[in-house]
Amino acid sequence: MMVSLLPVWAVLTPVLGLCALLLCERWIRPERVAAPFVGLSLYLSLSMTYQVMTSQAPLVYALGGWLPPLGLTLRADGVGVFLMTLTALVMTGVAVCAWTPSEGASSRGRFSFWALLLALWSALNLAFTAQDLFNFFVALEMLSFAAVALVALDGTRGALVAALRYLLFALAGSILYLLGVGLIYGRYAVLDLAGLREIAQPDTVTLAALALMTVGLMAKTALFPLHLWLPPAHAGAPAPASAMLSALVVKAPFLIILRLWVDLLPLPAAAPQQIMAGLGAAAILVCSVIALRQQRLKLMIAYSTLAQVGYLFLMFPLMPGPAPWQDIGWTGGLLQLASHGFAKAAMFLAAGLIYEALGHDRVAELGGLARRQPVTLAAFAIAGLSLMGLPPSGGFIAKLLLLTAAVEAGAWWIAAVILAGGILAAFYVFRALGHALADGDPPVAPVALYRQGAVLALALCALAIGFVPLRPFALLAIGRPLEALEALP
Amino acid sequence: MTELLALTLALPLLAGALFIVATASTRAALFGFFAFGLFLALAWVALDAVDVALTEAAIGGGATGLLLLRLNGRMRHPVSLGEPAGPRLKIAAGLLAALVTLALGALLLALPEPAPSLAAATVEPLPTLGIGNPVAAVLIAYRALDTLLEIVVLLIAVVGLRALGTDRGWGGRPVPWPEGGPSPALVFLARLLIPAGLVFAAYLFWVGADAPGGKFQASTLLAALWLLAIMAGLAPAPSSGGRWTGRALAIGPLAFIAAGAIGIAAAGSFLAWPEPVAKPMIIAVELALAVSIVVALVLLVAGPPERETGR
Repeated sequence: MMVSLLPVWAVLTPVLGLCALLLCERWIRPERVAAPFVGLSLYLSLSMTYQVMTSQAPLVYALGGWLPPLGLTLRADGVGVFLMTLTALVMTGVAVCAWTPSEGASSRGRFSFWALLLALWSALNLAFTAQDLFNFFVALEMLSFAAVALVALDGTRGALVAALRYLLFALAGSILYLLGVGLIYGRYAVLDLAGLREIAQPDTVTLAALALMTVGLMAKTALFPLHLWLPPAHAGAPAPASAMLSALVVKAPFLIILRLWVDLLPLPAAAPQQIMAGLGAAAILVCSVIALRQQRLKLMIAYSTLAQVGYLFLMFPLMPGPAPWQDIGWTGGLLQLASHGFAKAAMFLAAGLIYEALGHDRVAELGGLARRQPVTLAAFAIAGLSLMGLPPSGGFIAKLLLLTAAVEAGAWWIAAVILAGGILAAFYVFRALGHALADGDPPVAPVALYRQGAVLALALCALAIGFVPLRPFALLAIGRPLEALEALP
Repeated sequence: MTELLALTLALPLLAGALFIVATASTRAALFGFFAFGLFLALAWVALDAVDVALTEAAIGGGATGLLLLRLNGRMRHPVSLGEPAGPRLKIAAGLLAALVTLALGALLLALPEPAPSLAAATVEPLPTLGIGNPVAAVLIAYRALDTLLEIVVLLIAVVGLRALGTDRGWGGRPVPWPEGGPSPALVFLARLLIPAGLVFAAYLFWVGADAPGGKFQASTLLAALWLLAIMAGLAPAPSSGGRWTGRALAIGPLAFIAAGAIGIAAAGSFLAWPEPVAKPMIIAVELALAVSIVVALVLLVAGPPERETGR
């Protein structure tokens, strides 16, 4: 492993940006204050990825020189930098798309949006590099508060009700998670993942603690049947906020669940994995069908998020090996996470631009859009390709890997659900595309081309993941298994 | 003896909780909640967790109670997210809650005895930090990153709360408190309590290095005193977009991060405290954090800004 301060600065740079926004609020427009911090955070994430790839080792930092179990470490492993790159690219795309200095948005909306964007970024980078169960909790708190405020940003009654419901779900999730952390501390007096990996036993207390934490995190990641808060929240937020919420925010709790069952207490083929996969399968089938029936584009995209989150949970029983990160199930699940992130960010941003152009997002009245806004629609279509899992796209590779893993593991029901989910996704994406390609000549407000370009770039990122070779992705295994930090290097 | 003490503390807790749930009047439930917070704090004292007790009394009982009281005063008609729960749902929820309580109790009994602990490890490095309270060392040294980011959580909450205000009220002050003007009794109480409270807050802040107490509890007390002064019309509420509000909110995290960066140069690690000047540096950072916490808590309890109307 390599000692590096970069993970620390990746977490703190957006915090510095938040402070700068508070200091300069009266003098400088918020997007101008935030822009350098967006650029710096993007640079930090990319350079960390480069370093991890060239050295084939994680970047580690023990804060204050205190070793676990007393102190905290930040550790950017292969999965960590992979997700930080996803975050950085999506955030940059969202920032470009939301850069509308001339527009009449209120200073309340603009200041809050940029402050919360930076807050989310810091929280996500922490969630992807933290190694300590309570440190995760701090990341989740930052994440939830920023996300709830983003949902409420429009200030309409519907948005406030959705935000309140989201807050209640998120807080219930936090309490369950914290309860689990308390039990783990009472059992082992250690909260560090690597330390726990060495001593954790699958006894009643440990399993109950993990179950409490997992259910709490499921509520935050909106896995069926704890999903009811998500559609109104993600559909009611401003489109750039929805993009961050759907592409990134629901992924952080999922990653923590994954780390609990892979890094903390690896159990070979047991009931918890089957239950999680079962709920994921139910999410795919139920929520895809509901997505088909939505009349508004943003609600349809939000229900599709629920279905796509379901795919992530299918990976749990598909990593049977002693080193799960060498299995194709691991690669498939994480590629699904990233390609859905890019595709969903592009889709929500596209829906936002369509709303700006047409003044509504009713699916049945999108006629004529193809002629008037071809770039946005192309982005929407490419992102849809990835959601359906058609080649060439990240979604195709991810779902093919999951499908292969399911067949290899003999889990035929999972294979069937993956195929059915793809067909259902094709129905709802083509339904929207069909309406948009229909004839029509609606009045269209102009939308700056660079904003449409940012959306297209995100959709192309989802496409680019499709060119990853069909085998376990080496980057995603760097830094595993966890090793406890014995001494300060 | 200890069983008797535990029983005398547990009974009012149970009775208080039942009272809060069962009473028909919101106001009565709120005052029950204040009392419940105090009994809970006493229970923590009986468990030798004085730091937790102080925090519970300040945040759990005090600040949260004040927040609920303020909310109750501002809500003219209650808003419901859905149909009120019927008797069947209530019984089901009650049974579920009882089941969860029993399961948690069983889990607590299954924990190893004596409990594994890091207590010894937290005490050993204390001399190098110049502080004597291991809880303070956990917060400011071993898990300093958690403390730093928890302050950021407060900042995020303030930003989120401001976002809930109206466009016209952006940058203004929160709505003044009692709409008819303060009562003379409240003004008298404020004049009496505030000087004494300030002394006690300073004591709590200073003693936190070696005994239970510290910046967080002291800041909560200061915030409560400020809120009392606002209610009595003796001090203005902070203007949410004011230049001093922004500076006060940012100074805590900025000072903490700056101290961390000094640690890289002077002690070889981010957020390490260089030994000879550890204590003065810690106090400087805690003062800056206290400023941010006080302003954040006052803004959070006072509520989203409204249009500036002048009082």
